[in-house]
Amino acid sequence: MRAFTQHQGVVGPMDRANVDTDMIIPKQFLKSIKRSGFGPNLFDELRYMDEGQPGQDCSQRPTNSEFPLNFPRFKGASILLARKNFGCGSSREHAPWALEDYGFRAVIAPSYADIFYNNCFKNGLLPVVLSEQQLDILFDEMSATEGYQLTIDLAEQKVVRPCGESFSFDIDEFRKDCLIKGLDEIGLTLQSAQVIKDYEKTREAEQPWVFGAIK
Amino acid sequence: MSAKTVYDKLWDSHLVKQNKDGSALIYIDRHILHEVTSPQAFEGLRIAGRLPWRLDTNLATPDHNISTDPLERAAGVAGIPDATSRIQVQTLDDNCDHFGIKEFKMNEMGQGIVHVMGPELGATMPGLTVVCGDSHTATHGALACLAHGIGTSEVEHVLASQTLVTQKMKNMRVTVEGTLGSGVTPKDVVLAIIAKIGTAGGNGHAIEFSGAVFRDMSIEGRMTVCNMAIEAGARVGLVAVDEKTVDYCRGRKFMPADKMFDKAAAYWRTLVTDKDAVFDTEVVLNGNDIAPQVSWGTSPEMVVPVTANIPRVEDQTDPVKRSGVERALEYMGLEGGTPISAVAVDRVFIGSCTNSRIEDMRAAAAIVKGHTVSTTVKQALVVPGSQMVKEQAEAEGLDAIFTQAGLDWREPGCSMCLAMNADKLGVGEHCASTSNRNFEGRQGNGGRTHLMSPAMAAAAAITGHIVDVREFVGEQS
Repeated sequence: MRAFTQHQGVVGPMDRANVDTDMIIPKQFLKSIKRSGFGPNLFDELRYMDEGQPGQDCSQRPTNSEFPLNFPRFKGASILLARKNFGCGSSREHAPWALEDYGFRAVIAPSYADIFYNNCFKNGLLPVVLSEQQLDILFDEMSATEGYQLTIDLAEQKVVRPCGESFSFDIDEFRKDCLIKGLDEIGLTLQSAQVIKDYEKTREAEQPWVFGAIK
Repeated sequence: MSAKTVYDKLWDSHLVKQNKDGSALIYIDRHILHEVTSPQAFEGLRIAGRLPWRLDTNLATPDHNISTDPLERAAGVAGIPDATSRIQVQTLDDNCDHFGIKEFKMNEMGQGIVHVMGPELGATMPGLTVVCGDSHTATHGALACLAHGIGTSEVEHVLASQTLVTQKMKNMRVTVEGTLGSGVTPKDVVLAIIAKIGTAGGNGHAIEFSGAVFRDMSIEGRMTVCNMAIEAGARVGLVAVDEKTVDYCRGRKFMPADKMFDKAAAYWRTLVTDKDAVFDTEVVLNGNDIAPQVSWGTSPEMVVPVTANIPRVEDQTDPVKRSGVERALEYMGLEGGTPISAVAVDRVFIGSCTNSRIEDMRAAAAIVKGHTVSTTVKQALVVPGSQMVKEQAEAEGLDAIFTQAGLDWREPGCSMCLAMNADKLGVGEHCASTSNRNFEGRQGNGGRTHLMSPAMAAAAAITGHIVDVREFVGEQS
């Protein structure tokens, strides 16, 4: 998992409440055997004029010119401004996979659905919680400024605006630590790699028939 | 040292690290992979730039999605009609080749349903932890393993670290004393247990099956019982080691040999529950009382003896149960109060990880021998659980008995158990099935499953309706 320490990037909008996981990545893409490559289908129904199918070349599809993330000024956006209850609906981990694959490193919203929030941390995506008023300010500044960028400093727990002022945010210490070190659940376990190796050594001495059998 | 259950012993011997929050890191000795729950785990490894922790613990085979039709099967992976299934099987092959994981490919000797293949190859040994991305992994507990199903993210975790983050379960003992009557099989025993304790009865527990009935049961029969522990809510089901266990293990492909086998066997024999060990929950049944069982509804606890009537809504006092019975009767198109033996079957399925081993094949063949499938039955499938079961059955001439009686003899795979391949029920069709789940739509959209033993399913194929197999047993003796 990619570590998250500090990130500066272009800000893009998803200006509606209760964006559900089916909106983030529609169900026809779940048949995939992959967990990458969902970026071109992020917000598929909003982004394109036709119905998306798995395995399509999305560069040839008609795009919805009224969908903000399609505006040239938001090209390459890596921070998503969103509204309350972002990521509601199913537990599919495909939602953070799609956001991450598109290029987003962080989402800023007033609240998230629980499972989506958890899933973000497993995939190196930082879900920042700010108040509705703070989000209003950011949405306003973004609309007024072409190429609007924010800096998110996870260590300092701050979202720094172009004017130099910042909003601080709360985050669970353990999750913060894992993100900063780039540790997913497996990464965490592998911090105990030596303990696992020691166990194997003892076990192999006692029960040699267990190892090396399958080849 | 305090007295321990088999489960306690298995847990203790695999504990790598106990965490402060109650979770623990346990070591995994065997990891079995199949095409449906592994692709994203492998891709996760690739994305993170990780490699499998070690290779000699992993074993893979395709089973869920593959065709059991001999012609389609002969065409190889390209012959799988459904595109998603084809891609999944191909992806398993590619991933195993890429990472160097031992795989028995679709048409290779050794291939089979994961829970049939593991024990028969000797990959499953007593005293091991065995996991697989499939909820019926408890099957391997018949060899006194700590075995249970895991999710895709855990498949990746096991591949990368050879461990699992988990919590210790509670101990439950299900004791069945006495002797089973003629025509009463391990499947009937486990269905009777589920009928008694319910589908949530084993929640949070590892079940040890104990008592004379299991001591007298073959290892394959114990697998049938442990297989369905999950249908009683328990992720783990197991039976302690005895001499049958040791004898079963001898001479199998991945098992140790000679002196190493004797050394292993000496350890395996310690995998019994200590005399004074205490179980959190105890359940007792009398084996003499168990008749052949049949499920009438849409949950594995909705089971009656074949001699009984289908339950009536008006007899249910508990309102939750009452609405459950009402809904199930409606879905199944059945009338409460009528004999279960009056239910006609449209299709028959003999197979699945519950009942597709050689003893199951023999039991079904013994019933159909010299008979013909009823003209009212549209299809009767016999699907051996593995290439090795198929080879053995054919060597014994069982395939000829089935085909002469009008049953289809198929290639090994999960087949009609779960409607992930072409073998499915049509809307409203009743099926006499030896599989493990009778949920709505499990065997096909709108399909109606009746769970039973292989002998009972074979008898239903001949009569065209659910029937007490003891009528056939009597006829033969």
